[in-house]
Amino acid sequence: MNQENNQEVKSIWEKLLSIDRRIIFLFIAVAVAVPLFFKLSMRIPVTPVAQGTYQAIESLPAGSKVLASFDYDPGSMPELQPMAEAFFRHAFRNDLKVIIMGLWPQGPLQANIALEEVFQDEDIKAKSLQYGIDYVNLGFTAGNEVVIDRMGHSFEESYPKDGQGTPLSEIPLMRGVRNYDNVDLIFNLSAGYPGTQEWVQYAVDVFHVKLAAGNTAVQAPAMYPYVQTGQLSGVLGGMKGGAEYETLLGIPGRAVRYMFSQAVAHAVICMFIIIGNLAFFSIRKRKKTS
Amino acid sequence: MRREVPLVLTAMVGLTMIIAHFIPPFNILKDLFEDWFFIIAAFAIYLGVLNLIRVNADKIYRKSRDWPFGIVVILGFLVITIPGLFFSGGRSFSDPGTSFYFLYIHVYYPLSATMFALLAFFVASASYRAFRARNVEATMLLAAAFILMLGRVPIGDWITAWLPEGYRMGNAADWIMDFPQTAGQRAIMIGIALGVVSSALRVILGLERAMGGD
Repeated sequence: MNQENNQEVKSIWEKLLSIDRRIIFLFIAVAVAVPLFFKLSMRIPVTPVAQGTYQAIESLPAGSKVLASFDYDPGSMPELQPMAEAFFRHAFRNDLKVIIMGLWPQGPLQANIALEEVFQDEDIKAKSLQYGIDYVNLGFTAGNEVVIDRMGHSFEESYPKDGQGTPLSEIPLMRGVRNYDNVDLIFNLSAGYPGTQEWVQYAVDVFHVKLAAGNTAVQAPAMYPYVQTGQLSGVLGGMKGGAEYETLLGIPGRAVRYMFSQAVAHAVICMFIIIGNLAFFSIRKRKKTS
Repeated sequence: MRREVPLVLTAMVGLTMIIAHFIPPFNILKDLFEDWFFIIAAFAIYLGVLNLIRVNADKIYRKSRDWPFGIVVILGFLVITIPGLFFSGGRSFSDPGTSFYFLYIHVYYPLSATMFALLAFFVASASYRAFRARNVEATMLLAAAFILMLGRVPIGDWITAWLPEGYRMGNAADWIMDFPQTAGQRAIMIGIALGVVSSALRVILGLERAMGGD
């Protein structure tokens, strides 16, 4: 009888180890989707690296100019779009002037999508922000880090016109903005190359401009050395970074809302890892005994 | 000549860029080379487009394997490009309300996000099959991954709420990120930088055989 039970248990572990991956997919789908229907408020602890990004923007006096480079595409949208929205809310709330650009072709479009969302807010509407005075979108220019380098000498060399074809000299916000000396901060949202690393190497190290960033969770760990050395004021890492930024702003948005979903998904993955290891050790033990 | 000319050009441009970094009068040459780079980069986009069409048209013409996908690629290219070029208000094509913006939001945006979102499923499946505590190193990796996965989301602090503040899962995750992870990243960065310097020197000095098409 005991032997039969043993045999049965063994087969269960073996079955678990060779489980159809579609079952795992199903668990993940449920873990990601179901929490989205619950409005659960979660305490988001803020890390010093996220605080650094927030502080770099918060410490700017009204009227300061921020160059915001959007270097990502829709693939990274769930992680970076909440940061973009939070950044615009933060900048406009503090009456900062924003110069938008992109080293990725889709970047300036992502900025437009975030702007469209932010402009729905009543307090932002009340400010009656005007294109060319409060913000401008320079669009995309091909050239990766060479664009960053050239902007250190002259913005006009990389962007003679804004995204709509207006010469920079005719845009009120761009008057008096020649190069990095005339912007108070660079804010970079990045999902890879070219991105934050290139901004550090070609703008911060060469022209000594201040930089704060938001990255995908995969890329953020590579930025920690730059934060420790002070080359980067701070970095928001993935959706968690976005949620931290929203928490600091006091405006819980999509990142805070999605954290519950991410938390459950992580818990499910951990559960699968535990089951996988239990099965692995159980089978190994049985093999050794036999 | 086919080998020598690219090598001389590469050496000349590479050396000028290095010298210009230290001797400012050379910036005139650096700027000139950067202008050339911008022109080449812009043309590379056209070249990419032409190549995309040529490769897929050839595939369809020859009825090669999976040729119907070539039709999808070319149609997708035309469906996005034509409205962007001719029906979206010229340079303001990316503004909300244009047909290009509509296609971007309703076609490209969800498709691209979906492709990336699929990663979550494969990561989960791969973690289940590959994350095994087979030896000490694998166990350390597994433990670090476990702490980070739970510590980077609020659930980690919930589980360890019984511990004093500062010793919870979130704090452990922060510690891993700030110290072992950063130290590892820095070592990798320095290694890559040294590798890049040596590769650049090989290219500039003409020692890199791949440069000559060998």
